[in-house]
Amino acid sequence: MPDAPTVLVIGGGSTGCGIARDLAMRGLDVTLVEQGNLTHGTTGRMHGLLHSGARYAVSDRDSARECIAETRVLEDIASHCVEETGGLFVKRPEDSEAYFERKLQGCEACGIPAEVLSGREARQREPYLAEDVDKAIAVPDGAVDPFRLCVANAASAENHGARIETHAEVTDLLVESGEVVGAEIEHGSGPGTRSHRSPGATERIEADHVINATGAWAGGIGEMAGVDVDVRPSKGVMTVMNVRQVDTVINRCKPKGNADIVVPHETTCILGTTDEEVEDPEDYPEEQWEVDLVIEELSKLLPVLQEARTIRSYWGVRPLYEPPGSGTADSEDITRDFFLLDHADRDGLPGLTTIVGGKFTTYRMMAEDVSDHVCDRLGVSATCRTAEVPLPGSRDERVLDDAMDAFGLSSPVARRSKQRLGDRASDVLDTDEPNPVVCSCEGVTRAELRDAIGQSGTDLNAVRIRTRASMGNCQGGFCAHAMADELHPEYDPEQATAALDELYQERWKGQRHALWGEQLSQAMLTYALHAATMNRDRAARSAAGSRTEADDRTVDFEAFDGGAPGGD
Amino acid sequence: MAIEQDVLVIGGGLAGATAAISAARTGADVRLVSSKQPTLRHASGLIDVLGYTPDGEGPLADPFAALSDLPEGHPYERVGRDAVEAGLALFDEIVGNTYEGNHTERNALIPTQGGRVKPTARYPASVSAGLASDERDALLVGFERLAGFDASLSAARLNATGVPFTARGAAVEFPELSSADPKVTRFAQLLDRDEGVDAGRGVRREVTERVTTHMDGEDRVGFPAVLGDDHPEEVRADLESHLGAAVFEIPMGPPSLPGLRLEDRLYDALDEAGVRIETGNPVVGYESKSRGNGVETVLVDRTGSTVPYGAEQFVLATGGLVGKGIESDRSGVEEPIFDCHVAHPSDRYDWFADDAFGDHRFARFGVDPDRELRPRDAHGKIEFDNLRAAGAVLGNYDFAAEKSGSGVSLATGSHAGRLAGENT
Repeated sequence: MPDAPTVLVIGGGSTGCGIARDLAMRGLDVTLVEQGNLTHGTTGRMHGLLHSGARYAVSDRDSARECIAETRVLEDIASHCVEETGGLFVKRPEDSEAYFERKLQGCEACGIPAEVLSGREARQREPYLAEDVDKAIAVPDGAVDPFRLCVANAASAENHGARIETHAEVTDLLVESGEVVGAEIEHGSGPGTRSHRSPGATERIEADHVINATGAWAGGIGEMAGVDVDVRPSKGVMTVMNVRQVDTVINRCKPKGNADIVVPHETTCILGTTDEEVEDPEDYPEEQWEVDLVIEELSKLLPVLQEARTIRSYWGVRPLYEPPGSGTADSEDITRDFFLLDHADRDGLPGLTTIVGGKFTTYRMMAEDVSDHVCDRLGVSATCRTAEVPLPGSRDERVLDDAMDAFGLSSPVARRSKQRLGDRASDVLDTDEPNPVVCSCEGVTRAELRDAIGQSGTDLNAVRIRTRASMGNCQGGFCAHAMADELHPEYDPEQATAALDELYQERWKGQRHALWGEQLSQAMLTYALHAATMNRDRAARSAAGSRTEADDRTVDFEAFDGGAPGGD
Repeated sequence: MAIEQDVLVIGGGLAGATAAISAARTGADVRLVSSKQPTLRHASGLIDVLGYTPDGEGPLADPFAALSDLPEGHPYERVGRDAVEAGLALFDEIVGNTYEGNHTERNALIPTQGGRVKPTARYPASVSAGLASDERDALLVGFERLAGFDASLSAARLNATGVPFTARGAAVEFPELSSADPKVTRFAQLLDRDEGVDAGRGVRREVTERVTTHMDGEDRVGFPAVLGDDHPEEVRADLESHLGAAVFEIPMGPPSLPGLRLEDRLYDALDEAGVRIETGNPVVGYESKSRGNGVETVLVDRTGSTVPYGAEQFVLATGGLVGKGIESDRSGVEEPIFDCHVAHPSDRYDWFADDAFGDHRFARFGVDPDRELRPRDAHGKIEFDNLRAAGAVLGNYDFAAEKSGSGVSLATGSHAGRLAGENT
């Protein structure tokens, strides 16, 4: 299609990547820009729950029906990103019997398979459940890897001709004759894959239509074109445990609640969450009470959590949206529905559509709606195929099972690599080069890292989300430096050093909320390794500004021991 | 009836071993109990005394010149310069010619695995040809299957620090590795055994053949510290003669072979000193004397049953946060055996700095001793007359930032051990 309409998608989260994939598959000429790496915003900061819909079966049955439908789609098109763990809604003695019944009826009404288990049966499934848990409802909840899913959407979009630019921040929307015609972009380090310490560039990207899919950041983008998008960002904490205490999703069967869910995720469990409205999605307090609350509250369901080791905590912001005039006081009462704002209709500003609200599980459906709308605006009549065509990586699992032995990896490493890579495993791992494990906690090999570096350049946090390297117990203590080594010689030493410092700081940031017991011991070991054994702290302190870069370069080497006289 | 000793040392790391040997030299009957493997395998094997001041000045060429300016409460301030020198002298004697650096009071600068330089006071002989003040050009060699040491990146970083020589890097495939992902100890084992590769040529020869093709007139060649576990001197001598160049090791992270070799040496020295050693059973508590404020026995958990071990004098050398001599939970920080006072902010968000390499309060957690190394309570009062503490269980210093871990262990270990022995 030589004269395909051009669309600029702003936002590299699940919705934006889903839209880019959808439109690219329909033959449009798509560019996606994201200010950080993919999943930088809300997508990368969720707990990884794939909703069966049971969570909304009482309060919002439409959402519940959407969730179960979309969960089925994702199990189909993204099998390598989804783990069908199942879930339990657990009732404690003090929780309402009536609500339990309403949850059950709601599931039935929405077509969500639900089965009542006695307390004993529930404990047979999940032995760590508290002794006094009365009963539970088993539902088909699951776990999803939002990073992999988002990256798979972006990769698919690229395969259909889309251009994906990360670390590309929108600095202005271009408005000409009362119409949005594109955006001005600032590339962190020039277009393409990121490269630390290389100069950036400004670019004007013109488009027939611009889609604002920036979630909690949507208000800021709207402002650039003078339209009002009243997103109410709400923060929530997620606390990561070092092992999977449970293998199914554990929800508390209560009307609404802070700290009511545990999601098994890869080698960990993730506890969530809190719900506090914030002013700025980039800058909000990360508070101790939130971490304490999720541990205390969820220990009522799983007492083992009280003594268990947490490895880090992170916060996400929900992009809650209310149509003007609703006036809801409590952010927990704001609907999780999504809203498509056509700024031509709404504000008399053609060329711009904003998508806000919604939830991760229904990202594909949202993308479909937005894509339908934009195609309609642009006069394109192409149908959505994203529910049928598998995402890259998920096509044929059997091929992988047969091929795993060939890669010379020990079996747990091979199994996990295969799960991460899906049907890309042979492409990535079939190498003649030596392929040692670089991150032992998560079993990530050099070939996998180099594949991810090929996709994302020197951004080791982008490498991390593609591979899980540095996300285990040691939080990068034993592998962050080895990951940075893989950047050399393609990238120069300064770039490798800058990339290492950035990853190391990022890993530290979340650990700060887990610094007691085993994890404090681990943090001290990591600190000693990097500061005492490698003497990295001196160089890094200069980067942080408290010392000068020149320190190491003005060492008077002659003043130091030059070796024993007569020694070798 | 409790087992009785003159001196009982709890902890088997550098501080505990030094304390036990030091106590034994006063003629005391000494027992050392250690619950698990010491943390030496985590350590580089370098003996740092003081590389930077607590304010971050450095690298210090003369660690001793800076001792007198240390803040009150710092372990070195507590024991004084003489104890630091005594600790080093004891160490020099224990390790003999397997370590160097005792010919000068100056620090050496050692290339690290990531290509920085680090100030240290004593270094394994295997490291000595790598000194950064040495002007000979160096070839660094990494092994393809050994992650964490990229020789060319380390060489480039070293050159950027302004070393008075030129470093280059190369990577070779290590012969005879069948595993995709060999452990560090596997490299050492293959070199120790020097088994035939083909036509009877051993692994050492094969490695050097591969390295030779990368050499360009360098007088010294650096490898990651995997050059033998049981026979490091022999391995290095062989590599040197095949290469016609000096060979040195670059200290690596855990598991660290130089750390493991040092551990072996310490345990030999403990045997020679006649110290009874018991490992594998944790000390879980204590009983106080019926009169006065002394420790009567410590309670050792031997597979579920608690056995009292009595002594006249006790030395606590259980390590810091890493060694679990200091423990914490969400509500606080404690010394778990004697419940000695450990000062810490009540809000755990004050335990750390926001910058990964910032001024972390947790790095200075530990007990607060008097000048005889007896832990003191929150009011400065001695907790027990006959209990002394040494090494990382002491607070008020950040060994990682200062590069002072081993030096403090030696100085306080030998000081505490000697005082314990003399008081029996």
